[in-house]
This record gives sequence, C-alpha cells and structure tokens, in this order.
Amino acid sequence: MAQGEKVIVCDKLTKRFGDFIATNEITFEVNKGEIFGFLGANGAGKTTAMRMLCGLSTPSSGKASIAGFDVYTQTEQIKRNIGYMSQKFSLYENLTVKENIEFFGGIYGLTDQQIETKTEELLNRLGLKSEAKKLVGSLPLGWKQKLSFSVAILHEPKIVFLDEPTGGVDPVTRRQFWDLIYEAAERGITIFVTTHYMDEAEYCNRISIMVDGRIEVLDSPTNLKRSFGVSSMDEVFYQLARSAKRGD
Amino acid sequence: MRTLRFLLKKEFRQIFRDKAIVALIFFMPCIQLIVMPLAADYEVRNVNLAVVDHDKSPYSQKLISKVIASGYFRLQGYNSSFHEAFKLIESDKTDLILEIPQGFERNLIREDKQRLFVAVNAINGTKANLGGSYLSSIIGAFNADMRMQLVQQPRYSQFPVIDIVASNWFNPVLNYKVFIVPGILAILVTMVGGFLSALNIVKEKEIGTIEQINVTPIKKHIFILGKLIPFWVLAIIIFTIGLILARVIYGIAPVGSLLTLYLFIAVYLLTVLGFGLLVSTLCDTQQQAMFIMFFFMMVFILLGGLFTSIDSMPDWAKFITRFNPVRYMIEVMRMIILKGSGLKDVLPHLAAVSAMAVVLNGWAILNYKKTN
Ligand SMILES: Nc1ncnc2c1ncn2[C@@H]1O[C@H](COP(=O)(O)OP(=O)(O)OP(=O)(O)O)[C@@H](O)[C@H]1O
Ligand SMILES: [Mg+2]
Repeated sequence: MAQGEKVIVCDKLTKRFGDFIATNEITFEVNKGEIFGFLGANGAGKTTAMRMLCGLSTPSSGKASIAGFDVYTQTEQIKRNIGYMSQKFSLYENLTVKENIEFFGGIYGLTDQQIETKTEELLNRLGLKSEAKKLVGSLPLGWKQKLSFSVAILHEPKIVFLDEPTGGVDPVTRRQFWDLIYEAAERGITIFVTTHYMDEAEYCNRISIMVDGRIEVLDSPTNLKRSFGVSSMDEVFYQLARSAKRGD
Repeated sequence: MRTLRFLLKKEFRQIFRDKAIVALIFFMPCIQLIVMPLAADYEVRNVNLAVVDHDKSPYSQKLISKVIASGYFRLQGYNSSFHEAFKLIESDKTDLILEIPQGFERNLIREDKQRLFVAVNAINGTKANLGGSYLSSIIGAFNADMRMQLVQQPRYSQFPVIDIVASNWFNPVLNYKVFIVPGILAILVTMVGGFLSALNIVKEKEIGTIEQINVTPIKKHIFILGKLIPFWVLAIIIFTIGLILARVIYGIAPVGSLLTLYLFIAVYLLTVLGFGLLVSTLCDTQQQAMFIMFFFMMVFILLGGLFTSIDSMPDWAKFITRFNPVRYMIEVMRMIILKGSGLKDVLPHLAAVSAMAVVLNGWAILNYKKTN
C-alpha cells in the first residue's frame, strides 16, 4: 500500500444540529489505496461525518480536505474526485439498469464511447447482462447494491465513500460485494466504508470506531484486538459501544 | 451542455414511463376543456318570466312572443296585475316580471317612445340580472324591428327609439364559451406545469435520489434547466392540444398571430415552471409542495380575471393581480385569440412575465442547494 499520500485529512471536524453535536471533533487521516472502515453504533454520527466529507453537508467547525480539496470551499472539486453510495438506495428505480449507468456516466462527463464500454464491462462483471433492460426497482436488494457501487466508481474516482453498502443482504452476496471492493482498491481507489458487520471490519486495513459522535479508537483490526485483549472485532466493538448513550 | 442532454433524456424517460402521469397530462386537459366550459357557463337559460300585459295589443303580443322565442325565458304565465305577479317573485316562482303598460302600442306608434317595466328578483342575482339584460336586448331588438317597419311610413322618426343592447365587440354573439375557453386553457397549462414542476425536485428529495445527484459535479443551473425544459415542452404540447380542441369543439381559432401567442406562452411557462421549481426547492415533502401550490394556484386563479373581472376588484386586489402571472396569461389569451391583438399590444404583459420568469428561476437556482 502506498503510504504517505493522504487522500482524506480530517481535523476536529464537527457537525452540530442546533444544540446536538452529531459529529464531535473527529480527527483522522486516510492513505491513498487504503480500505478504511468507519464503524460505530446506530446514531454514532457516521453518515453525518461522511456527508461532510463528500461535500453534501457543510461542517459546523473543524477542517477537512478530500483529495487535497477543502470541504468548505471546494466541494465541487471534491465531487469530481469521489464516488458516493448513500445508506439509502438512490439510483432511479424507474429507470433500467442500463439507463442508470448511462445517466450517471453522462453526468460525470464520460464520453458516449466510454459509457458504452463501461456499461458492457459492468454488466458482464455483475452478471446483469440479461437484466440490463429491467427497471432497477425490480432487482433484488443485493443486485441493487452491487449496481449502486459500480455506478459510484464508474468515473474512476480517487476515493469512494460507501455508507453501509451491504445492509440487509445475505452473507454470500456480502462476500461478492467485498470482492468488488477489493478489485476497486487494487485499481488504486481508496475505500471509505461504514458497516455494522464485524466480519467486514476484519477486511479493512484500518478501522475507526465512533461512539456518540467521537472517534474512540483507530487502528488495524489486529492491533485493536490485541490492545483490547480479545479475539474478535465483535468484542472490541461491544466493549466500546456499551458505553454509548445514543442509539436506537 | 452534454450533461443537460443526459438530464433531459432521463427526465423524459421517467415522465413517459409513468403511465398514470401521461394519462393525466393528456386526458385531463381534454376532459376539462370539454366539460368545464359547459359547467362554467355564464349563459343563463330558463329564466322564469311572469308577464303582466295591460295593453293586450298585437304589438304587445309580438313583443311577448319574441321574448319567449329567444329561448332564454320560460313563461310562468300571464298575470292580470303587477301585484299578482309580484307574489310569484316573493314565492320564488319567477325571476323576472315584464310589465307592459296600457297604451303600449298606441304610444309606440304615436310618440315613438314607450316605457316598459321590468322587475328583477334579486335572490338569484346572476340569473335575474342576466335575464334582465337579455330581456333588455330583446326589447331593444324589438324596437329596432318596429322602427324598420315604421320608417317606411315617413312621418316617424329616423332614429332608433331605444338601444339597450351593449355592443359585444369581440364576442358578437355573446357566447360565453368563447370568453371562457381561452381562460380555461390558460389555467390548464398553468396547473399542469405548476404542479408537475413543484412536485418533481421534492420527489427526488423524498426518495433520496437527489443525494446521488448532489454528490456529482453537476452545475446547479444545468440541473434546474434539466427540470425546466421537459415540463416546458410538455406544457407546450398540452397547450397545442387545447388550441386544437378549442378549434374543433368550439370553433375558436386565434384571431391574432399564432407566433405571438406561442412567444408569450413560451415565456409565461418559464414563469410558472420557475415558480413550481422554487416551491420544490423550498419543500422537503411532496405534501408540503402540494399544499403551497394549492394555496397559490387558488389565489392566482381567483385573482386571475377568469371568473371575476379585475376591473371590478377593490384596489388592493387589483394591485395584487399585477404580480399574478395567471392574470397576464388570461388577458393575453383573450387579447390574441379573441381580439387579434399583436405583439405590440401584449408587450407590457410580456415584459411583466419575463421579469417574473427571471426572478423566479434565478431564485430557484439560488435556493437549490447541493450542500447543506
Ligand atoms: N439533519 C439532522 N438534524 C438533526 N439531527 C440529525 C440530522 N441528521 C442526523 N441527525 C442526528 O445525528 C445523529 C447521528 O446520525 P447519523 O445518521 O450520522 O448516524 P449514523 O452513525 O449514520 O447511524 P446509522 O448507523 O443508524 O446510520 C443521530 O442522532 C441523528 O438523529
Ligand atoms: Mg448512517
């Protein structure tokens, strides 16, 4: 892994909603090509943090730069360099698989030629060739998520943000999804991913665990298990999350 | 610009994929244009009429049969006295009393002047008033007829005795459909365009797809244009269908230039759609957007001059209508379609809606936030 180049630099990044501090002074860095797991219980503030990093939400205070661009002033440059898969499925359900790919490819400025080859590649890779003309709304959740991920990296971004990309799908599909993540990481795309599955946490190079808006720990899964003196990530998470006051 | 192409493609695909919307978009205007003018008809028929004929002369008979033959009145009977007839008004059995005084025929021939008495039941005001004015026109016409016959005998006056008939210049046969249809067409495109645009962006917010758009480097004005153009095209199509229907069903063809009409519509639609999109950017749910649009549509239409004339509104209401795009639209529709006004005549209207279009669309773009 190429150490050194930092693609995400976050310094005391904070988001307040009125009196409520959803994300509280989080500070961390992510290296280029890394798979970074962003963990935390429900309501810990993961989505809020991620939306700030994507330029979808303006921070209340603190600093952050994504691919070298500032989250306050250069949101549009950030958007050119990232992909985002939101927690809620957000491709167009009333467009077909192909139409969605074409649309997002077009929005990101791909040429017609590029769109065509990308579509071909993607459909082959996901085994969706026979589904190309089906409405996305009619696909099973697992396929939707794989499609959603593939669309998010269609324009070969530097970083892709995945917000609970595998929520609600079976273990086999999750494994297939992680294969896609690894392939993207191999091409040099930095992965920033949130998850509630501890087996997925093990796949990450490094993880942070958020509790009530703060990042409590940040290290590789191996180091975390060692420092907590436990054998699984589950237990690390459990020990930390137990102290949480938020959640639903 | 390339981005716009993809946006438009997507938008049109979504619109035409939703069969319910397509049906709504095309059938609603047709049905409304066929049904509404019939219901929203100011023409009053079956006005109940009581006649008190003190003269009982051939002329008075002639007048009465002419009144009945007009088809607007239903004779409730002859009464021997006004008092008796008035009882009918009191019991709401009649709307109008026509009293023909004794000596009607004699006076008309001799003095060329005769008073008739018309009493109106003001309970059903519209009916009676309109009935009253129909009656006046018929009597006026009767007068003119009499005159025609009488002038052949030179000792009588050359001038018409009375002329109560108001000149309905641009609507010569006093056909209210001619008056109402362009207005209804105006309101139709306003409603369809306004509601579709108001619900669109907010729908993307509701289902969350806007997030996926906002995270792309798309330019705000391109995005808004991508929403504006499809509905603009749709509304123009609906308008064209409406014009054709007006022609086929009611025989109403624009007297003025189609080009001017379409130029105005083109700009006017930008105003309406801009307003819808602005509402869409302000709301979080389709329900909110719907309520806001209903409120404004009601105000716009009630103060639009379709059902009530703007001239007879109080000053404050008149002032408000200056900021009401629908008012300009209805006026221009009538001007161009019925009166044959040219570009020069509608220039002030065009300027007003252009200014509103710029403000509303600019505001919508500013208010659409990719980062919040
Ligand atoms: N727009 C908002 N206004 C007010 N409070 C908000 C807003 N968005 C999020 N919050 C609150 O901030 C807290 C963190 O929310 P967030 O969605 O970031 O959590 P999360 O870690 O992503 O949780 P989950 O695992 O359930 O997705 C929650 O308590 C939530 O209610
Ligand atoms: Mg979340």
